Amino acid sequence: MSSTEKAATQSAGLPVGPKPRPRRYHQASWDEPIIFELSVTGARGVLPPPPEPGVTALVGDPAAELPAGIGRAELPALPELSQLHVVRHFDRLSQETLGVDLNIDIGQGTCTMKYSPKVNDQLARDPRVADTHPLQDPCTVQGTLEMMWRLERMLAEISGMDRVCLQPAAGSSAIWTNVAMIRAWHESRGDGDQRDEVITTIFSHPSNAAAAKVAGYRVITLYPDSDGYPDIDALRAAVSERTAALLITNPEDTGIFNPRIEEFVGIVHEAGGLASYDQANANGILGITRARDAGFDLCHFNIHKTFSAPHACGGPGAGAVAVSAALVPFLPRPTIERAESGLYLDHDRPLSIGKVRPWYGVTPNLVRAYAWIMNLGAEGLRQVAETAVLNNNYLLQKVLEIRGVSAPYAVGRRRIEQVRYSWEELAHDTGVHSEDIGVRAADFGTHYWTSHHPYVVPEPMTLEPTESYSREDLDEYAGILAEVAREAYQDPNAVLTAPHRSTIHRTSQESLDDPAQWAITWRAYRRKHLGKS
Amino acid sequence: MNRDSQGVHPYIPNSVPAVRAAMLREVGASSTDDFYEDVPGSIRLRRPLDLPAPIRAESDLVRHVEELLARNTSTRDVLSFLGAGCYQHHVPAVCDEINARTEFLTAYAGEPYEDHGRFQALFEYESMMGELLQRDVVCVPVYDGFQAGATAIRMAARITGRRRALVAASVSNDKRSKMIDYVRPDVDIELVPFDPATGTLDLEALAAALAPDVACVFVENPTYLGTVELGGPEIVRLAHAQGTLTVVSADPSTLGVLAPPASWGADIDCGDIQPLGIHQQFGGGHGGFIASDDDPTVVMEYPSRLFGITATAVPGEYGFGDVAYERTSFAVREEGKEWVGTAAALWGITAAVYLALMGPRGMQELGTTMMARTRYAMTSLASVPGVRVPFAVSPHVKEFVVDLSATGRSVTSVAAALRERGILFGVDLSREQPALGQSVLVAVTEVVTQADIDRLAAELTEVLQ
Repeated sequence: MSSTEKAATQSAGLPVGPKPRPRRYHQASWDEPIIFELSVTGARGVLPPPPEPGVTALVGDPAAELPAGIGRAELPALPELSQLHVVRHFDRLSQETLGVDLNIDIGQGTCTMKYSPKVNDQLARDPRVADTHPLQDPCTVQGTLEMMWRLERMLAEISGMDRVCLQPAAGSSAIWTNVAMIRAWHESRGDGDQRDEVITTIFSHPSNAAAAKVAGYRVITLYPDSDGYPDIDALRAAVSERTAALLITNPEDTGIFNPRIEEFVGIVHEAGGLASYDQANANGILGITRARDAGFDLCHFNIHKTFSAPHACGGPGAGAVAVSAALVPFLPRPTIERAESGLYLDHDRPLSIGKVRPWYGVTPNLVRAYAWIMNLGAEGLRQVAETAVLNNNYLLQKVLEIRGVSAPYAVGRRRIEQVRYSWEELAHDTGVHSEDIGVRAADFGTHYWTSHHPYVVPEPMTLEPTESYSREDLDEYAGILAEVAREAYQDPNAVLTAPHRSTIHRTSQESLDDPAQWAITWRAYRRKHLGKS
Repeated sequence: MNRDSQGVHPYIPNSVPAVRAAMLREVGASSTDDFYEDVPGSIRLRRPLDLPAPIRAESDLVRHVEELLARNTSTRDVLSFLGAGCYQHHVPAVCDEINARTEFLTAYAGEPYEDHGRFQALFEYESMMGELLQRDVVCVPVYDGFQAGATAIRMAARITGRRRALVAASVSNDKRSKMIDYVRPDVDIELVPFDPATGTLDLEALAAALAPDVACVFVENPTYLGTVELGGPEIVRLAHAQGTLTVVSADPSTLGVLAPPASWGADIDCGDIQPLGIHQQFGGGHGGFIASDDDPTVVMEYPSRLFGITATAVPGEYGFGDVAYERTSFAVREEGKEWVGTAAALWGITAAVYLALMGPRGMQELGTTMMARTRYAMTSLASVPGVRVPFAVSPHVKEFVVDLSATGRSVTSVAAALRERGILFGVDLSREQPALGQSVLVAVTEVVTQADIDRLAAELTEVLQ
């Protein structure tokens, strides 16, 4: 190195050395106006085609001839922007959003925030998927039908069930589909009225309870016993000739596998009910154990969780339901069937519950799932499960080294793919709550979630590290939690006044619960808060 | 070549054997089997899953899927007149660009801090839909238009405390199927016939069916048969006279030229946002909207998330959050209103981008062009010998019924012949609306040109000769 170079290096402070952790992150903060505030009268973003002169010559302007009260009197007050400004606005908003690709997205337990391969996105966007209509003659969409048919069979093998339907829109939609089939099955046997109760557990997703209620059932909820398992004595006490079904998850959101699951299923079967398995938490048990092998009659998968379709800000997801032979006649219609001439859609299914959504399913996500499973195969799926579980138990050990946190229930036992932790001790010691830790975690470029309500585990935090994250990622995430816990003990105000490095500062919840103040659209905001109509 | 790397998978960072071994050591496990100690042997799978052999190389995977896709025909390669709830509108490039942004595509349930942009984009979706519909309240998208309709009926039943719902008999079989099965524990759906001359609701039949125990009347505008519901304001008047609510399913792509249901005095709007910049995707591109006035009695009956704007600790800064979260199943499980979960948020953001691009004039021009070309197509096809356009007296926006009964040909055979000529004719109504004979539902959006319509008319004439 010449002396000049040496001098330059020194003045620039090089070498800089390794990056300190936790990282000195700051979220993008564009201070971006609401899109209506960007409107310039007369600006255009995209131009639709005008009718041809020959069309107008023949039919005139039918829109102008609509009767009063039927035709639109005033143009909708949409914003007016040139194209670049639309792009720029939404690009800025996207930068103010954290997805899996940008953060170590293990803080949204139960949701299996795994990597969605880009190649599958490309395949899903192919015009031969994206620009096909659901009522094209089946002979013109044999490729998509073939993928769906094969995906059904692969998911049947993964669940051990006899038949799969890919129509549900997402996880809760699949739960609903299973409940609707349970209802139809009992009705077909003449005891639909008598069997008016559904049993679920408090650590199952809220939609199990909620969908059962919508279907007309009285909901009985089992709470955990002292070991964290759903209380089997409570189940014995709950079942009766009124039991339509048990809706249960295993492992539950605690990540603890219920070893007596066959007994649970047996108790419900003995009472004449069906057993339905919410497999939202399947990521740690692919190829290890299957729904049908434990005796379940129905189950469902979340394609956007276990099978890698992206979560898309909250959908579209995709759901798959799988059933034993006895339930097959009740599946949503149409089913995809194979004949010598090719695949076709069978609408003629008299016992079917009918439609749960338009057409046949969220096709782009089904293409993604098909490609994902085809890429991994049986060995790869097993590797997914084993790595998700290894990652979780590794993270568990790291997190439990942090002061103030615990993993209630099954102390000293291994967990499957996630853990519901508790910051009860830290909250007691410092007055900093789990929600506060979550807000502060955002300052380090990550997301954090507590749990579903009610908080059965006090001050909850649910981490699910999936197979997608590296050891370094897990160390970094645990390091962020350790740093926030350290702050809570040494300088709780730093946590309680967070976020400090986010797009925005702490929001007021009060106005969102007050009918006089809440504003769900810009026009409501203008009317209520700016005095404009 | 190092074959040891075979077990390393690109999607699984910790599949590197040395890393895996080190992690196992650190947690004191001899193998990953230790983690499954709670899974009883009786339910352990003792063999590998019976799945096709993996296609591990990305290039091979692409080829494999593309070979399957080669068996599909895209509507971009042929001339399509298919609609019936899933439409081939132009998707502006910007829509695809924004909804492919990695942040939006891979985000999920972030809080208002790390996901401020997601909240703002969906608030803007609600707000732009609000302008299109002239409503102060629009929810974050639900699954699809079917779900929006079914939930809107349930909302009306909860608000009124009544259990009868009158639904237009023109509503598609599929949509009715979903709505009936979804509401049946609490709401009885009865069908009200449509006028065979106009394809719109039979107002006399409606008046006869209405009573003080009817929760709501459910109509579509345009109807499934493509006709503009000219009786809209009268339907609302008749319903309100009985304390009955009116639920209107509207196609948002028509609202640049059609009056929004709110202007009739309707109570709850619903429908599907697929026409707003979202590809057909073999029926995989749907999202549902529900909208209403800002009446707390109604707002508290929404099951879905409602993102609201609020203040932050810093003056002049907008923040966002959930409005009235306690009404949701997330907060109170089965005590909430129906349920909320992953639905169709990214399509909501896409629709927001679409409406921002189109603006007021774009939406008006879209409707104007579709109405003109649709009327042109109706006139053209009606001049084909033996072909009848039954509801021509009613205005139409983007879809209409063609009756082939007088040609002596079945829809199936005509559609097959046109398919041979590169035309996807329309949706066969002969099974779901048998009273309409051998009828076809033909959609004409802004991507269908005069030349395309002329070609359809010419090919149809030849096929029928």
